[in-house]
Amino acid sequence: MIPSRWFPAITVMAMVFFAGAPLMIARAPYESTMGLVQKIFYFHVPAWIAMFSGAFVCGISSGIYLFKGKKVADHLAVAAAELTVLFGLIGLVTGPLWARKAWGLWWQWDARLTSALILWMIFVAYQLLRQYGGPGSDKLAAGMALFGMANVPFVYWSVNVWRTIHPTTNVVPTLVPGMSEAFLWCSVAFVLIFLLTLSARVKLESHRAAIDRLYLSLDD
Amino acid sequence: MTVSRFIRVAWLIVKKDLTIEARSRELFLTTLFFAVSCVLVFAFGFVSDQNPIGDAAAGILWIAIAFAGTLALGRAFERERYHDVLHALLLAPVDRPAIYIGKLLGVVCLLAIVEIIIVPLISLFFQTPILRHPWLLGGLLACGTLGFASVGTLFAAMLVRARSRDVLLPVLLYPITIPVIIAGVRGTVLLLQPEIDVIMVRAWIGMLVFFDVVFITLSLWTFDPLMTD
Amino acid sequence: MIDWMIRLALGKVKDVRRRKNYITTLLVILATGFLQTLTASSQNLLISSFTPLVVQVGQTQAAQDEFVPIDELPPEDQLPAAPLLIAAYAFAWVALLVYVWSLWRRLGSVERELADVARRISNRSGGA
Repeated sequence: MIPSRWFPAITVMAMVFFAGAPLMIARAPYESTMGLVQKIFYFHVPAWIAMFSGAFVCGISSGIYLFKGKKVADHLAVAAAELTVLFGLIGLVTGPLWARKAWGLWWQWDARLTSALILWMIFVAYQLLRQYGGPGSDKLAAGMALFGMANVPFVYWSVNVWRTIHPTTNVVPTLVPGMSEAFLWCSVAFVLIFLLTLSARVKLESHRAAIDRLYLSLDD
Repeated sequence: MTVSRFIRVAWLIVKKDLTIEARSRELFLTTLFFAVSCVLVFAFGFVSDQNPIGDAAAGILWIAIAFAGTLALGRAFERERYHDVLHALLLAPVDRPAIYIGKLLGVVCLLAIVEIIIVPLISLFFQTPILRHPWLLGGLLACGTLGFASVGTLFAAMLVRARSRDVLLPVLLYPITIPVIIAGVRGTVLLLQPEIDVIMVRAWIGMLVFFDVVFITLSLWTFDPLMTD
Repeated sequence: MIDWMIRLALGKVKDVRRRKNYITTLLVILATGFLQTLTASSQNLLISSFTPLVVQVGQTQAAQDEFVPIDELPPEDQLPAAPLLIAAYAFAWVALLVYVWSLWRRLGSVERELADVARRISNRSGGA
């Protein structure tokens, strides 16, 4: 994933970004209709950005594993799927907490929320399959991940195509200067954390594979 | 491989499945009975004051199709596994996607016959005028069943050799096919209203067609690499 | 062949130890950020927690006209925003911390197992 020599630099950057995030968020102006609770936005949207990135990485590396057979791609897919579930969970919890105040209800079955939940569930199913599917489940899970990746644009544009209670994708491009800086800062922080955890998780997977190979040689 | 040969191979597989079904009727009868039981269970579950809840009929129809379809898919490929037929099919010098299309059409035929029997039953149990617009309903059912079966055939074929395949098929299938079910239910609910909105129903059918195209394309691409082991 | 594998295993062990250091730093980052959130912004929250409530009461009455409204909710039933905000941030932090910690544990056990297998292979090849 991230080349080893960049690891210290990226780690320091992530440290800086995370330490600075609360300051940036506190300094950002209040949104006129929602007030304080709108500040969940600075974590909610970056979490979903990280989740979509995970879904894409998983889908693309699954495709490479299916069609080219590279084992490294499989390790990357497993790692990315786990992170997709993690960041999706953060998004799915912060969203309703915000919605309770902003919309008056915890959940609603509009296009965006429903499709986002389904996307998350596809990757949870991926995890279940890898865990309990037995031999051959790696290829099947790769097929699953391709369907998951195909879902991501649908989730993203659902809010523009249908009338939903969820805000449209027009919000981020039209942020006022105080908010856009804080948002960019938090997005970068989340993407850096995503890349770092992805690298660590990929390493874990490849070490597990190395152990399997060594055990096989031990049996010879 | 030419298109005509592709179609011939798919047709041969469909004929094989239908012939076996015509002789034993095992899959058809068990799936049909299960679908009817499903409808009955939901009918008793969604009744208040002796009257069934109106729009529930649409949801129950699609749930029955989803559950019965999952059962049919599992059983169809289980049969292949017993006699090592799938292995033989894969060894044959034919295009793998043709095998997929053949199996898909077999499952769709089976589900179509089950639906033809289930829909009047639902109309009867729930006292809903679900058959008022047969062409629109037929369009919804055809596109929805095709979408559901396309993903189901792919995953059922893959899971033939996996562990815990019975529980894993629904686990994998439902998250991906929920959009198809949603579109089907929304469209069918519109058909149950006193004044139907034909444009909206056509919109839902359009969405189902979109899902069908995406799912079948993805399945055709991935069937070959997924079946090689 | 076995020699190559032993070298690979031993090489990987060093690698894993480096990875563990990075995981530790990740945990430190997250802990830093968490503490920062508690101290720096809690001051903000304390000061600002009263004003938004007052502001929101007035805002929500007006917002009902244009925003998707909480229909006709009297001011007494207004939800305070601060607990929701804190819960959201707390969950995000905790989830990330728990995940990084679990990664650390798994990497640790994998490193131990790798060292163990490498030792067994070297014993076997040393003895053989």
